[in-house]
Amino acid sequence: MQEFSALVPTIRDIVQRHNKTATRLLQILREVQDSLTWLSAEAINAVAEELGISPDKVRNVAEFYSFLYTEPRGSHDILFSDNITDRMLGNRELLHYLCERLGVAINGTRADGLVSVGATSCTGMCDQGPAALVNGYALTRLTKPRLDRIVELVNAKTPLEQWPREFFEVTSNIRRADILLGRHFADGSALRAVLKRGAEAILDEMMQSGLRGQGGAGFKSAAKWQSCRAAPGEVKYVVCNADEGEPGTFKDRVLMQDFADLVFEGMTVCGRVIGARQGFVYLRGEYRYLVDALKATLQSRREAGLLGEAILGDPSFSFDIDLHIGAGAYVCGEESALIESLEGKHGVPRIRPPFPTTHGYLNKPTVVNNVETFASAAKIAVQGGEWFASRGTAESKGTKLLSLSGDCERPGIYEYPFGVTVRQVLEDCGARDAQGIQMAGPAGHMISAKLFDRRICFEDLATGGSFMVFDHRRDILDGIRNFAHFFVHESCGFCTPCRVGTSLLRDLVDKVHTGHGTRADLEEMRKLGQIMRVGSHCGLGQTAPNPVLDSLDQFPEAYERRLRSTAFEPAFDMNAALEQARWLTGRTDPAAYLDEEALVGAMP
Amino acid sequence: MSEELSFTLDGRRVPFQDGQTIMTAALAAGFYIPHLCFNPEFTPHGSCRVCLVKINGRMQASCTTPAAAGQTVLSEIEEVREIRRGILQMLFVEGNHVCPACEKSGACQLQAVAYYAGMLAPHYTHFYPRRPVDASHPDALIDFNRCILCELCVRASRDVDGKNVFAVQGRGIKAHLVVNTPSGKLGATDFNITDKAAQVCPTGTILRKHSGYEIPIGQRLYDRKPINVVGDVAALAVSKGGRRHD
Repeated sequence: MQEFSALVPTIRDIVQRHNKTATRLLQILREVQDSLTWLSAEAINAVAEELGISPDKVRNVAEFYSFLYTEPRGSHDILFSDNITDRMLGNRELLHYLCERLGVAINGTRADGLVSVGATSCTGMCDQGPAALVNGYALTRLTKPRLDRIVELVNAKTPLEQWPREFFEVTSNIRRADILLGRHFADGSALRAVLKRGAEAILDEMMQSGLRGQGGAGFKSAAKWQSCRAAPGEVKYVVCNADEGEPGTFKDRVLMQDFADLVFEGMTVCGRVIGARQGFVYLRGEYRYLVDALKATLQSRREAGLLGEAILGDPSFSFDIDLHIGAGAYVCGEESALIESLEGKHGVPRIRPPFPTTHGYLNKPTVVNNVETFASAAKIAVQGGEWFASRGTAESKGTKLLSLSGDCERPGIYEYPFGVTVRQVLEDCGARDAQGIQMAGPAGHMISAKLFDRRICFEDLATGGSFMVFDHRRDILDGIRNFAHFFVHESCGFCTPCRVGTSLLRDLVDKVHTGHGTRADLEEMRKLGQIMRVGSHCGLGQTAPNPVLDSLDQFPEAYERRLRSTAFEPAFDMNAALEQARWLTGRTDPAAYLDEEALVGAMP
Repeated sequence: MSEELSFTLDGRRVPFQDGQTIMTAALAAGFYIPHLCFNPEFTPHGSCRVCLVKINGRMQASCTTPAAAGQTVLSEIEEVREIRRGILQMLFVEGNHVCPACEKSGACQLQAVAYYAGMLAPHYTHFYPRRPVDASHPDALIDFNRCILCELCVRASRDVDGKNVFAVQGRGIKAHLVVNTPSGKLGATDFNITDKAAQVCPTGTILRKHSGYEIPIGQRLYDRKPINVVGDVAALAVSKGGRRHD
């Protein structure tokens, strides 16, 4: 641990680089941790002091985000992505292997402080897993030989910059391209269109296009822009939601990696339409590896006159974009929680109404759109709404990027016009033996083979893009259990049904998974799921029971084959509970053990 | 004005003014909707979810939903009551609520709302969290076992007392009430037993020292009449068995 005297100048320097602005608190804490490996009470107090805010506000943020540590952590912090797709690829075995080779416990820090190993929610590398993060940087395609090499590098204290580049290679794997990914886009063409034709005309094109929120919620994008444009106030903001946290989705990562100009251009067009001068990209912490390239792209756009003051030489057109990096909180994908996080706070969803289009970032009118939505908007500005609307279905215009992973031969990104059937997608990606799909991630829906003729569109199966395939070798309940644990980890804790319900549901799924479940437990899951669905404050809690509720209907056999034949079994093991009494009395005779079967039979 | 704005609550007409929520309009009209994190003296929080009602067919928190003309609001129907009981049961198993031994039993809003909602048992598996009590303050005791994270003490201390003594920290099921001092002890703060923060707790988390169990069982606040008749413990004077200082 650093001495207090050494710590203060470091922190002062970081806080000053952020202009002592409290809205930068999360960014400041990320950088402080990069320097000090964890956020000690002294560090938290020093940040509070430098920012002139109370220490509890800083601690509040530090305690909320998964990637911020208030306990000592190794200088190499390795976190295995623990999505079900990583599990399918054998990540648990690799996690144990690495821990053993390094001599560190899971979630532990080695005594020499050199390394910590743990697990984290899906890192968005499902098409190239098993994946992990080391100090926030993505590691892909992990194998035992690769881990052996990592053990050597860690033990030799080799700086990350000197690790083999291929360990960090992230490929885009675009397997099918349509109008968004397939056509060339000339940088600046959308900006020229909005300058030439005016904001009203571009908004009309957006209306005609029928574009809907590509994060999965499906709200009409033009209506958002219109509402924000009409909202009173001089200061407005554009926010790009690149907090792609839904397990199994990674299409925004590919857009940010290969099509950042398109996304930035869409944001800039939006800025012109609604009258905003400032935009933010909220990039999930797991995509930290993209930060340098994104900053370079922003800079080159400024130099090309496509961003900053007087865009394309028009003094009335100024717009700039700041990058904001998340720190491991799925809930921040919810737009009002994302805004809270952008303001430097912990990410608890706001009460709505009012909505962000009138009361968003710093309570100013704000448009929050998904990465793919902005990319589509840039194309629409150039090609027109009619062009975009010629693809897709009546209620779902244009195309959708799907992130394919799990049991298929060709995982990666597939762009389809809305309305494509699940069956067609499965055929194209080489999923020959699918028994089920987790559509739109754990918050979406699990569908079995009898629903494979359904169409991917807002009228039928809406999705943000996650598409995880389970073939017949898989136990569906392994997936359900993984998702139930995921939601416990990601609940923000604000409202009762989600905070408590996610834990209760996890315990019930675990009980069934370990062979102790009964019919009464399945009924209990349904009731609990219903309370969470209708009672939770935000979409996280409302959708958290979906995997359980869907699979109870779609895959009843996955549960039933694990059920005990009894109607009821208590949540605790009575024999185990008596162990201490037996130990104290020195009893080992058969009479000191309960006859469990007789006991269960006696239950009401 | 002859055209008064109104909605219906379980079939009864409730007038309202612009800016009121379903909850504030209902209370003003003398109708009770059970609640815990809501206190009319504070900005609505919307976290406990006990005040859920069915508004035009959709379940929403009445404390945060603006009243609108013509809304059909259903509160005392079995569908809503069942959800409400489930949420209350969650609160009971999340903490350690030992009603028979609790000094606030009988004058506890959580307990009274549970009775009102028809909750007979906690139903779910208890979490039995470890939450040590804080007896460091000369006049007050904090029993974190009973905290339901309504943040009323947080809000009262910050917004009324101007002391910022309390905060909720941690994420998800790890969220917990803390005292804002390096030691985490209440005794190290300038908290005073006459603070607003000492008067708003809907459970027995923040207790007054030097007195206890003074009112016998049977004569406590909610022993004879239910909470919808008696009102919230925080709104009643200490002399009437409530928490508000005279």
